[in-house]
Amino acid sequence: MSKAWTFGENMNTDEIIPGRYNITIDPLELAKNVFGEVKPDYATSVRPGDVIVGGQNFGCGSSREHAPLAIKGSQAKCVVAASFARIFFRNAINIGLPILECPEAAADITEGDDLDVNLANGEIFNRTNGHQYQAHPLPDFILRIADAGGIVNFLKEHDIQDLIA
Amino acid sequence: MGTLIEEIFSRKAGRAVQAGEILLLDVDYIMSHDNTTPLAIKAFREIGKPILDKNKIVLHLDHAYPAPNVLAAENHRKILDFVKEQELPYLFSQGVCHQVMIEEGFVTPGSIIIGADSHSNTYGAMGAFGTGLGSTEIGVGWVTGKCWFKVPETIRVELYGQTQPGVYAKDVMIRLAGLLGMDGGTYRSVEFGGEYIDNLPMHERIIFPNMSTEIGAKCGLIAADDVTINFLENETPAQGPFEQILPVNPRYERVVHADVSRLTPQVACHPDVDNVRPVTEVEGLEVHEVYVGTCTNARYEDLEIVAGILKGKKVNPLTRVIVTPASARIYKKALRSGLIEILMDAGCTVTGTGCGACIGRHGGILAAGERALTTMNRNFVGRMGSPLSEIYLASPATAAATALTGRITDPRSIPEIVS
Repeated sequence: MSKAWTFGENMNTDEIIPGRYNITIDPLELAKNVFGEVKPDYATSVRPGDVIVGGQNFGCGSSREHAPLAIKGSQAKCVVAASFARIFFRNAINIGLPILECPEAAADITEGDDLDVNLANGEIFNRTNGHQYQAHPLPDFILRIADAGGIVNFLKEHDIQDLIA
Repeated sequence: MGTLIEEIFSRKAGRAVQAGEILLLDVDYIMSHDNTTPLAIKAFREIGKPILDKNKIVLHLDHAYPAPNVLAAENHRKILDFVKEQELPYLFSQGVCHQVMIEEGFVTPGSIIIGADSHSNTYGAMGAFGTGLGSTEIGVGWVTGKCWFKVPETIRVELYGQTQPGVYAKDVMIRLAGLLGMDGGTYRSVEFGGEYIDNLPMHERIIFPNMSTEIGAKCGLIAADDVTINFLENETPAQGPFEQILPVNPRYERVVHADVSRLTPQVACHPDVDNVRPVTEVEGLEVHEVYVGTCTNARYEDLEIVAGILKGKKVNPLTRVIVTPASARIYKKALRSGLIEILMDAGCTVTGTGCGACIGRHGGILAAGERALTTMNRNFVGRMGSPLSEIYLASPATAAATALTGRITDPRSIPEIVS
């Protein structure tokens, strides 16, 4: 099962991973302190494939890539949010952390719900209450980065011009 | 034809562009600092291609410098070894990155600067497009010299009137953050203009693009004018000629009008930047640390305001008062003019330049239960230390008045301010 971990509006990068922990770039090390102050049991209880669910403006604040890296390091499957702050959005796509924008899901899902997220088509099924949600589709050029598993992998195979070709 | 960002992007794209288009543009400079460069180096190594143009890369050591612990020291080592290996020409360690970028002349009207720091929006004060990105895209920029951008819609903020004594650009911007909210500018270009902005000196203008980040904006822009050109010519080594790019028949998503004439000093209260109150509503709240620093408000003129209030007086003995000049150039000027001596005589701790306290790294960390009043731009929970501490944001004048009493204090209670 994929358990939902829910977070509120404007979840900022300091709350995702405080600045004082950003002295490492190791995702597994960062994951030990992810959400440490807003949800202390997350880092110890999260299981691979669990889903982060946030409100509006998820990831606002700093440009620190440590924030999506820490979430990826915790082995969460993806982040579903009502909306994303712009740098977090780019960072998540660039490092290969799947994100889905879906206000309906963000409003309806409660902590502990069992979710089935289909990253390929953006369908989110809530096994706990039987509700189905559809995430907003990503633009084509973003999908090219996401499909490659991040911008670094994309550039190993392509020229940057191929992004908007 | 278009908003200021459309005009700037159109020049770079070589054709007229409009909001909503996706562009792949050449960038002029690629900025990163000690907090974000190590991850950029990792991405660069993984891509496995050479640097396109080392003259576009500008690195700073400012977030935890000099290193307060071994891990930070190892980060610096990694960066310094990289600079040596790649023979990079631009490395700075004597000031907050955004201030140094401006002082060293990297920021000019119409230029495109990407930075691995969210407050890279600051460069908009010169009519440049500056925006914050993550480290991986900085590594991508080193290799490709390019970055993709979606041309944003624009919110125009039209300000008029003159502020009263004791009220500064910081108060105006804090009030705007309260008005627009912390996601009020998400993905948008926020264009600041109007009679009030036209009449502002550069050190006060900088605050608006700098804090456009706090409302989620992709960039904050002020069109270059004579104030900009004079500043660039007299205060920086930047080489002209400089183009004064203006919006032309712009179509704005939203226009916000505000008269600043009746504004009073404002405070952004714990725990959100849009939790804004007039200082009169929070006056008397006990403060354990006053911090004058950061890319927002630690310029010479800010230190001058603080020293003007503290001259010949003593700060509250139970309040830590820390002053961190934004750059060595500012520090030296304040030394020469006697401001540093005034601040020290008043009981302030004057630290070396950098970002340390603002991100809870060193030089002013807060204990549980402590409350700070700072000239910073951001007050997220736990940012300066303990998650049980609180951060309030205000102008340098409010900070200085508060330093004297140890309680949030209206700067208009200081006779020198209102006379």
